[in-house]
Amino acid sequence: MSNYGMVIIGAGETGARAAVELRSLGWTGKITLIGEEAHAPYERPPLSKPTLLEEHNPSPAYILDNKQLEEHRIELMKGCKAVSIDKNNHSVQLENGQNINYERLLLATGAQPRRLSIPLSGSQSRFDTSSVLYLRSFGDALSLRRRLEPGKRVVIIGGGFIGLEVAASARECGCEVTVIEAGPRILMRGVPEAIAAIVDARHRSAGVQFKLGVGIAGISSSGGESIITLINGETLACDALIAGIGAIPETALAAASGLAIENGISVDEKLATSDPNIFAAGDCCSFPHPLYGGMRIRLEAWRNAQDQGTHVAGSMLGAKEAYAAVPWFWSDQYDLTLQVSGLQGIGTTTVHRTLGSSGDLFFHLTDERTLAAASGIGGPGIAKDIRLAEMLIASKAVLDPDALARPDVKLKVLLKG
Amino acid sequence: MTYEGWITACEEEDIEEEDVIRFDYGDRTFAIYRSAKNEYFATDGYCTHEKFHLADGLVMGNHIECPKHNGRFDYTTGEAKRAPVCQALKTYPLKQESGLIWIRIN
Ligand SMILES: Cc1cc2nc3c(=O)[nH]c(=O)nc-3n(C[C@H](O)[C@H](O)[C@H](O)COP(=O)(O)OP(=O)(O)OC[C@H]3O[C@@H](n4cnc5c(N)ncnc54)[C@H](O)[C@@H]3O)c2cc1C
Ligand code: FES
Repeated sequence: MSNYGMVIIGAGETGARAAVELRSLGWTGKITLIGEEAHAPYERPPLSKPTLLEEHNPSPAYILDNKQLEEHRIELMKGCKAVSIDKNNHSVQLENGQNINYERLLLATGAQPRRLSIPLSGSQSRFDTSSVLYLRSFGDALSLRRRLEPGKRVVIIGGGFIGLEVAASARECGCEVTVIEAGPRILMRGVPEAIAAIVDARHRSAGVQFKLGVGIAGISSSGGESIITLINGETLACDALIAGIGAIPETALAAASGLAIENGISVDEKLATSDPNIFAAGDCCSFPHPLYGGMRIRLEAWRNAQDQGTHVAGSMLGAKEAYAAVPWFWSDQYDLTLQVSGLQGIGTTTVHRTLGSSGDLFFHLTDERTLAAASGIGGPGIAKDIRLAEMLIASKAVLDPDALARPDVKLKVLLKG
Repeated sequence: MTYEGWITACEEEDIEEEDVIRFDYGDRTFAIYRSAKNEYFATDGYCTHEKFHLADGLVMGNHIECPKHNGRFDYTTGEAKRAPVCQALKTYPLKQESGLIWIRIN
């Protein structure tokens, strides 16, 4: 199989990083990067922020341009969808009928926005979801930005990160914005209540309206206007309706070829699937995390996509190391930056440290007083401490909550023990 | 105060060991580093990936890590060390005199 190359399905963050890393690690054979989208790999984080706000026609923020693809001898097949995998014959079938043979295969298929579901028949509700917009791709962002004109009424379903980032951008475009969230507060997943409260207040001061703790009973649309009926009977009319209600890992291809699935494509600590020649990384996979006792997690975060892309390239070439990076993500809304490292849900107590005008840090400790996670909100000044906290999490050092609370105790000093 | 193209950026003691501060001059911005070995270095203030102040980032050994996406540079040479940064940082000559840090920026 010497002429079989490394094949990557999914030309996103993970796929692009893996392709480059395979070269850096000395792989001299073929590298084929298969992507369904019409574009070379590009960054998604700007889609909810600058792409919506840029005055002139935006273009994607490319991760790899033609020159780099050429330099690394990566064959990019744009606009090509992989439709099946033949594990026995080591081949991938494309929608256009082509077959691509692989020595090792990487699935980096990412995730898709969760769609608003139509209630079961028999329910009184009426859901016309044809007018609902989602945000995952550059194309989605272009459709959305056309709707964000000053004075337009925008309703966002879901008070998670994507929904709130879009809310902030829509306000900055001069739209009237309402966020509907079924949970009792925004950002139920991944950040402590104190941070959610700061974000909530910032949105309200910018003029965003919230409908919290209330579900949707029906959606109808006509003549470019959508009417949302809430469970409490209230109705809202809008010119643009966007749903940001989570993402679903893209596992169809893997499942159809009989690979194990468990909240994403199930991989081991090296990111290998149940077939030793097939790997998966990024938003599409769930993996056991050594830092958290081997607990299986799935992340939807940019740095994880990068780091797993880099790591999996090594695994594809035979390295045995476990992927053990501390989870980390950020979100930008208005002038606020939020960063979280670790898994907040594992913590049992929270310690607050103020950084004055720079922001606030929250440390989430386990019962053993090791750090499970740290979250920060404020200006860019929080970044340094969140990064140090990440190292404290990895070190599993036992920490003194009083020291964590005191701004004059440097985290660098705690790290050095 | 300036002479022969050198300007004073800060006092030696303004920067903690293994740390960085931001120095603005006119409409330009720089980052000035003090290593764990008490050597001083200067680079452009903004990351080459997006326009974020590197002085908000973390200094570890010879590296500065960008606060935004954790790209990394060797601040002693300006070399890009970790994705997503790929373009090197510009570095500037520094000198220490009378407890002051001088930088030559043109
Ligand atoms: C709007 C938005 C804002 C975000 N902001 C942040 C942020 O601020 N901070 C943060 O940490 N994270 C953020 N993220 C998350 C981050 O972008 C993702 O975690 C990251 O893109 C995941 O990379 P990936 O390569 O796993 O998947 P993706 O980037 O989704 O790439 C997967 C690619 O695979 C392709 N594909 C799927 N199936 C096939 C097939 N069968 N054949 C061919 N191609 C296929 C898809 O078309 C897609 O291009 C954001 C995401 C979005 C959508
Ligand atoms: S702005 Fe510095 S790494 Fe992105």
